Amino acid sequence: MNIFRYSSPQTFYPLAGRMAPWFGVAAALCALAGLYLAFFAAPTDAVQGEVYRIIFIHVPAAWMSMFIYVVMAFWSAIGLGLGTRLSFYMTQALAPTGALFCFIALWTGALWGRPTWGAYWVWDARLTSQLLLQFLYFGFIGLTRSIEDPRRADRAGAIIALVGVVNVPIIYFSVKWWNTLHQGASVSMTKAPSMATTMLLGMLILAFAAWFYSLAVTLSRVRSIILERERHTDWAQSEIAEKGAAL
Amino acid sequence: MKTRHKRFILIGVVLALLAGAAALVLNTFSDNIVFFQTPSEVATGKVPQGRTFRLGGMVVAGSLVREADGLSSRFAITDTAKIVPVRFTGALPDLFKEGKGAVAQGKLGPDGVFVATEVLAKHDENYMPPEAKDAVDRAHATAKTLK
Amino acid sequence: MIWNSWANFFAMGGRGFYVWGSYGVSAVLIVAEVWLLARRRKTSLQRLYRLQQLEKD
Repeated sequence: MNIFRYSSPQTFYPLAGRMAPWFGVAAALCALAGLYLAFFAAPTDAVQGEVYRIIFIHVPAAWMSMFIYVVMAFWSAIGLGLGTRLSFYMTQALAPTGALFCFIALWTGALWGRPTWGAYWVWDARLTSQLLLQFLYFGFIGLTRSIEDPRRADRAGAIIALVGVVNVPIIYFSVKWWNTLHQGASVSMTKAPSMATTMLLGMLILAFAAWFYSLAVTLSRVRSIILERERHTDWAQSEIAEKGAAL
Repeated sequence: MKTRHKRFILIGVVLALLAGAAALVLNTFSDNIVFFQTPSEVATGKVPQGRTFRLGGMVVAGSLVREADGLSSRFAITDTAKIVPVRFTGALPDLFKEGKGAVAQGKLGPDGVFVATEVLAKHDENYMPPEAKDAVDRAHATAKTLK
Repeated sequence: MIWNSWANFFAMGGRGFYVWGSYGVSAVLIVAEVWLLARRRKTSLQRLYRLQQLEKD
């Protein structure tokens, strides 16, 4: 078996269709388990009280927003290097979900900051670089949609994704490199997590939910993109004829 | 070499250059990127008098005095090396506590007292239930008495 | 059970606005994305199907 077979839109289209529902189910199950832990098993925080429960959505969303951008940059490099159309379709399928998670991270962060720090927003390095990520997502989506010629749109988007990826390590390490109001990482590769076990477990399971959700949504979205972009090929024509007639 | 390989190397080189440029820019502006100055930086005169800046550090234990008017307060901020006294009129955030982090925005007066117009609480990345925190605090206290 | 009553649960120690404001908006956005995605699939299939019919003629 050759994995490069799946780099062809024609073979990937049905595969994505088969996988997406399963990732959706996995996301729902993880979300249920994670939310149960977050609201009914995890204890109150000694310093912050109940408001710390925002962490269960804030951190998975922030992780996802950074990770999706890195994946977009990866596919962009592959697309520019190998000229594979599917890679570009993947970046465009990922972007809206990345933008969504980035917004959730900013929004929940603001609502968490007010009762704990005393301010919805401060211009510290962590918050500012995360806001920049939001603009990079919007820039990517705006640019790829506004350029008429799809091949040029692909390349322009890939360049934004590759240039912007420099911002991701800046977001991640900002709390280490500079004085920020934002606290350091509770979970990292280099030290033991500084959270009670149930809290940590709830957060990690919700992070898995975010992963599965992103996979499900991206695979569904890439199917629409594939069909639109490949509509002149024979297989897409027969798929459109079959599915379109059933509508 | 295949064109494909050349293109990948080109992408890699451009990315590395970009990362380098970003590092340079951040390094140059690193004084402006910091959200607050520490008391040590204030002591070395890095911050000119009369200019608004943010002062950050730990609230010195036992330093918090709430004035009789119910709005003003006095406390001191330290980075364990130097201490800067702070005066503030306004409501302190809930998480503002002695021995915890705080960031105050304001100006340094000629008398060396920092007059703050806004105070934010900075909390740490530790999350644990109250019982666990009590145990940790007791352990710290025991460790201190043993020293 | 860590909550004595549902009222306590919704109050979130007096921080209900912030906690439910976070989860509420996130839930609405996620549901909206799934809905938009389903709609996109449908509208784009309809459009492509119409185009195909036009090209046949």
